[in-house]
Amino acid sequence: MAWEALLLLLIVVAGTSGELCVTRAMKTIGEVKDFRPAALFRVLIRAIQVPWMWLGIALMAIAFFSLLGALSIENVSFVVPVTALSYAAGALGGEIFLGERVSRRRWVGVLLVCVGVTLVFIGGK
Amino acid sequence: MKSFSDFHLKTYILIFFVVIFAPTGNVLLSKGMKTVSPISLHSLSDFLQLCVRVFTSPYIWFGIGFLLMFFVSYLLVLSWADYSFVQPASATSFGVVALLGHFALKEPVSAIRWLGVIVICLGVLAVGNTHPRTTEHK
Repeated sequence: MAWEALLLLLIVVAGTSGELCVTRAMKTIGEVKDFRPAALFRVLIRAIQVPWMWLGIALMAIAFFSLLGALSIENVSFVVPVTALSYAAGALGGEIFLGERVSRRRWVGVLLVCVGVTLVFIGGK
Repeated sequence: MKSFSDFHLKTYILIFFVVIFAPTGNVLLSKGMKTVSPISLHSLSDFLQLCVRVFTSPYIWFGIGFLLMFFVSYLLVLSWADYSFVQPASATSFGVVALLGHFALKEPVSAIRWLGVIVICLGVLAVGNTHPRTTEHK
């Protein structure tokens, strides 16, 4: 039970923190405006030189393996609705860690997405 | 106002790529893994045989290709748009999966699942009504 709770916590916290770090890395690169293949390749080369990118990828890997672990103990229809909390965690993290302004309308949208994702998985076979 | 609309346009185009590439990649991977199963892992040679079967499956390679394209699109859109905008907007992929399952794979999709898809779409509409970037002004 304790293991399960730890895995679920890791899926949400490590997964969301990982994506936040990756976002931070991309924000240091700055807005991509040139979409020619060579320019995109240069953006990716620059992106993998930002430490936040690697921290983010490592955290996302931890979340991925926690997901595999949780799925080996619990049903997918229980695990995935719990991970829908990531959307709320993401909006909160965006505000605190990235300085985004999450308006009331955006919060309403995020919470609707949480509810919707939960329903999608409850309604699974 | 040209740059304003360009900004929105490229955001929506890349989010469109994200919600198409991610589920397509996952469906291909899942199909690939089902064609190489059943898996029994009793020895190292079982494991090596499995690796050979996994990495000679075209489904797996196409799946990886789509997931790579998904990740690059995701990175690109995050270079300018808010994470708290992109993450919920990407949830549209649940709707894409339900539609793919229903129309392409002829899978039964339950009423509760359709309700969930509708609620997600409402949420995405609400998020989509906010400006994609709230951190800086140009």
